[in-house]
Amino acid sequence: MSGATGAKDGALLTVEDLSVRFHTRTGIVDAVRNISFSVGREKVGIVGESGSGKTMTGRSVLRLIRPPGEITAKRMEFDGHDLLTLTEKQMRDIRGDRVSMVMQDPKYSLNPVMTIGEQIAEAYRVHTGASFRDAKVRAAEMLAAVKIRDPERVLSLYPHEVSGGMGQRIMIAMMLIPDPDLMIADEPTSALDVTVQMQVLAIIDDLVTQRGMGLMFISHDLNLVASFCDRVIIMYAGQIVETCKANELDQAQHPYTRGLLNSLPRLDRKPGPLPVLERQESWKTEPGVDAYFK
Amino acid sequence: MPLISVTDLDVRFGADDEIVHAVRGVSFDVAEGETFGLVGESGSGKSTVLRAMSGLNADWTGSIEIGGTRLGRVRGKPFYKRVQMVFQDPYGSLHPRHTVDRILSEPCQIHGMSDIDTRVSDVLVAVGLGPTFRFRYPHQLSGGQRQRVAIARALILEPEILLLDEPTSALDVSVQAEILNLLQRLKQERGLTFVLVSHDLSVIAHMCDRLAVMNAGRIVEELTVAQLRAAEPAEAYTRQLLRASLGYDRSAAADMESFD
Repeated sequence: MSGATGAKDGALLTVEDLSVRFHTRTGIVDAVRNISFSVGREKVGIVGESGSGKTMTGRSVLRLIRPPGEITAKRMEFDGHDLLTLTEKQMRDIRGDRVSMVMQDPKYSLNPVMTIGEQIAEAYRVHTGASFRDAKVRAAEMLAAVKIRDPERVLSLYPHEVSGGMGQRIMIAMMLIPDPDLMIADEPTSALDVTVQMQVLAIIDDLVTQRGMGLMFISHDLNLVASFCDRVIIMYAGQIVETCKANELDQAQHPYTRGLLNSLPRLDRKPGPLPVLERQESWKTEPGVDAYFK
Repeated sequence: MPLISVTDLDVRFGADDEIVHAVRGVSFDVAEGETFGLVGESGSGKSTVLRAMSGLNADWTGSIEIGGTRLGRVRGKPFYKRVQMVFQDPYGSLHPRHTVDRILSEPCQIHGMSDIDTRVSDVLVAVGLGPTFRFRYPHQLSGGQRQRVAIARALILEPEILLLDEPTSALDVSVQAEILNLLQRLKQERGLTFVLVSHDLSVIAHMCDRLAVMNAGRIVEELTVAQLRAAEPAEAYTRQLLRASLGYDRSAAADMESFD
């Protein structure tokens, strides 16, 4: 592991007062509003509904927001590097190698004119300078690690020849190869069947517990986050409205979090009309909370 | 006598050596007023069963009976008057250049119904949208509103049976709750019979009376929701599905087997 030892509090990533704005024809859209959080060598879940700003938060850590989007923050630091002032070239050394991101939709994130094998091998060779032959071997190993049967055959396929679930596992394999310190996973398992999801999460889990990787796990699935993560950040309308330990999510206080939890159909509850979430205007105007790693 | 009776349903795609046997000898009955669930993972054949029932896929063998009448490959208007379908993706199932008014009027015109104007406004009220939505285009609606329009379109012919293919899997949980409540209310008000396809066991448990678990084109097991809630499935496949649905568990992940 290279670079400085990180912040004194043991956080890998520290973000203070991050905002993401889009200047559109109809005015300014505040996708993320003054949020502060940090991620240690732990699993942090970021949950919220569509449009709550969770994906934008993940993308802005890697400065992957394109104009007219605009990122502002007081501080955005990863392992001693100030992410706000790094040049694009320096950012490229961080992206993929130190901080990797699993995107939501493999259809748009894989190169359609390269075989799966070439893409995974390329990522490995760029980061390690390995030979093509070694990279191919490693690529096959990683595919096997994410529970893809017959990896040799899959390596020779193009992205349009694989299913959504397989594409997602390929993305994860590709992101795991450089052995990142921090992984930002944006709905990495939502396209997967529950049993495969469980196996893929186990791989990520082992990386966090055995290698000390940090994980930002962006998801809309409250049950999954509660059972998988260590800590949860709940976002609404671009702000962090609540944060708690994952295993205490069922005791969450904020009416938004409560509303989301109550609206879930459950196997252990008698059927009847589900409580419907009544949104309040005040949730948008009340200041958000900080979610620092302690 | 059951309202719907499916016996030995087989669906194959492709030909010769590239044949995919998607549904293998599926049989089940659904009583009038019941909600029957088909649950399974991707590729299990659950949606294919529904598409064969709806007449969208004419290439099947076996027997499908509705109200004692055996259905043919090609269905006529009387069938579509009785059986309607709601699709998974409200973004894809509504015509982007038709207003809500036109989307809802079209089935009425096809079936030569009278009072189209009243029917459209009534059905919009029934799905909780109201008259202000009548002349909007699908892109002016949220995902939940679009799914309400799709439900309204299915209901406007006053069918007896609704085939629901993952009706909430594209929606946020709070919107899912609204749509599930809406479906339950409409079922009670209109005495509908539902066949619901979903990959989500908790949605199935919430909505259904009985369910069939599918894997690799076959029904693995049929059980009541009470048996599911009591976590008493007989088959190992169902037990694994149930365990995986309860959330992440590192030790459970290590035990996952493949069942195909």
